[in-house]
Amino acid sequence: MIRLVLDRFVGMVFTMALVSLLVFLIMELPPGDYADRYAFRKYSGTGVNVTEGDIQAIREDLGLDKPLVFRYVDWIGNIVLYGDFGQAFAFETPVTKVIGDKVWLTLGILFATLIVTYLISIPIGIFAAVNRGSSGDYLLTVFSYLGLALPNFLLALILLYFANRWFGADIGGLMSPAFERAPWSLAKLWDVIAHLWLPAFVLAWSAVAYQLQTVRATMSDELNKLSVTAARARGVPETKLLIKYPARLAINPVVSTIGFDVNRIFSELPIVAAVLGLTELGELLLRAYLDLDMYVAGAILLMLTFAIVFMNFVSDILLAWLDPRIKLGS
Amino acid sequence: MAVTDDVGAVGAAPALTPKQRRAAERERKRLLKYYSASQWTLIWWRFRRHRAAMIAFVILGLMALMGLFAEFVAPYGPTTRDVRYLSGAPQIPMFCDHNGCSLRPFVHGASTKRDPVTLRAISVPDPEKRVYVAFFTQGERVLILGLFPTRTHLFGLDDRQTKLHLWGTDDLGRDVFSRTLYATRTSLSIGVLGVLISFVLALIIGGTAGYFGGMTDNVIQRLTEVIRVIPVIPLYMGLAAAMPKEWSTTQVYFAMTVILGLFGWPTLARRVRSQLLSIRNEDYVVAARLAGARPARIIGQHMLPSFTSFIIVDLVISFPYMILSETALSFVGLGLRPPATSWGVLLQQAQSIRVIEQMPWLFIPAVFVVVAVLAFTVIGDGLRDAADPYSEAR
Repeated sequence: MIRLVLDRFVGMVFTMALVSLLVFLIMELPPGDYADRYAFRKYSGTGVNVTEGDIQAIREDLGLDKPLVFRYVDWIGNIVLYGDFGQAFAFETPVTKVIGDKVWLTLGILFATLIVTYLISIPIGIFAAVNRGSSGDYLLTVFSYLGLALPNFLLALILLYFANRWFGADIGGLMSPAFERAPWSLAKLWDVIAHLWLPAFVLAWSAVAYQLQTVRATMSDELNKLSVTAARARGVPETKLLIKYPARLAINPVVSTIGFDVNRIFSELPIVAAVLGLTELGELLLRAYLDLDMYVAGAILLMLTFAIVFMNFVSDILLAWLDPRIKLGS
Repeated sequence: MAVTDDVGAVGAAPALTPKQRRAAERERKRLLKYYSASQWTLIWWRFRRHRAAMIAFVILGLMALMGLFAEFVAPYGPTTRDVRYLSGAPQIPMFCDHNGCSLRPFVHGASTKRDPVTLRAISVPDPEKRVYVAFFTQGERVLILGLFPTRTHLFGLDDRQTKLHLWGTDDLGRDVFSRTLYATRTSLSIGVLGVLISFVLALIIGGTAGYFGGMTDNVIQRLTEVIRVIPVIPLYMGLAAAMPKEWSTTQVYFAMTVILGLFGWPTLARRVRSQLLSIRNEDYVVAARLAGARPARIIGQHMLPSFTSFIIVDLVISFPYMILSETALSFVGLGLRPPATSWGVLLQQAQSIRVIEQMPWLFIPAVFVVVAVLAFTVIGDGLRDAADPYSEAR
């Protein structure tokens, strides 16, 4: 078990190193560099005449004139050693300050979504497999197709529209306006939790559609196994039997794809966040891209991907713990 | 073949009535056709029996045709403005109104009046005025498929002074129906080009990994994993954000297809790789290698044909992701930009609840997105069943 953990851990670090390189290349992609944009931001409209020499000075000051490889090492070195993600545009503050407590809000959304996803998909998937061919099962297939076809951000728009129309309420946002600038307190935390259900449901939409199908398919396979027949012959009550044999195994593919779910959720997060007006990392990422605030964008992309890689790691370990066969296999 | 001989013997048996003989003859022909049919014909036959997939196929075909001939089907251009009908509601052609019925469908015209307060010209629906819908009307001069000039459009109004807006207009008075058709073309074609690019990449990358195996495979697998682990839309957004602002519509369009194609290959590459790995030691592959054929030829000529059908299924299934990605990117303003029209660009106008509340018809392109994605998914499922040589249907 320890070997397996170490093994996966090394793999995780290696993947992260490559990911950081790719993220850095994306940050470098837009035409011009930080110095250009910095000078433009600082002096545009002030009447100051900025020459190419001034920009060059800024560039040297920030070490942007060095070759790509050195800049990458500088960037990643500062992140790993000092937790310094570089400078954001906004009021010349460091990226870490811009991001601030948004990391926790994002993680809150992520876990709320994961919980909603599994609470819906696992029981209903098992139900569908047990009642194969019933009208409920059929309805579920239709729903799964819709889950794939209706993009989450459109679902968010539709929900906002109907909430506004029927209840006259704006259900977007992550917290009540009164709490937006308030320091963290129990009341604020409670308010955020009360606002979480909508983004969690919207983001879980397509993840549920996928996982439902997975659970249903594995469960159907497991139900035909001899262990089920044997247990039934022994007279084990049906509910206990379902939980003890097939359901236990039907959860494995779900556990092994936690990383994919996190990936899917983060992939949809920026756009859903923009529609629902959530002030967290996804929305910030979108704004950073639109403003070409590349240090902020890079930092967020790195964080999101790191969360995914880490959840992959966790799911690997969890799976090995749940299913001893995997440990033996490795 | 033994089978045809058997069946032939049945047909020649003497004790049959003419009716039975004809039936037997039909059966013989059917079986002969079945056994001599090519793999593709068999797939097509099996696919045809899949009713949902056939319906999806027809819907998608219609959509594609409407997009392809948008210049002809759409009554107006994508940027043509009707200043007399700004933010106008959909006009549903009707046969009856309070003045009685007519055999020809018509809509109510609008008459321009002065706003009593601001004295600005506003359009007021005039229920007394009927304007009849006509087919093959003359309108703007357009080039069908960019080649054939014509002034004829599929439908329009008798009276050329007023315009027919089936699905209403946006705040600039542009016809939503026409714009949706043009957008359909853009969105579907971006999907096609993106899938093609990722297909070529998947063949090269997956082919290299699967054919050579070993160390090469290991390295490629690692790199693939890195790309798979980054959330797709944020990744696309990063690449799309890098597009220079001064690029023309065409440049942005092609850049988008490249971006979508550039990172769409991992799933398909995995399929190609695993299939190649499983057959790379088959006798016929070894024979080709011994005969001195080069890797590209062995892969293309000898190995690929054995799983082309699987690849096609995967291609069809990857369409929805392309379309959804493009829609999502354009929706937030990182993809195509106006004056280009795509589903995402059109939906950009319907971003806030206030707009949807006042002009719900701006949301119609969303229906197209959902229908197209659904259709592709259903067709993919149907094709997967049809391409499986072990499925039952004859």
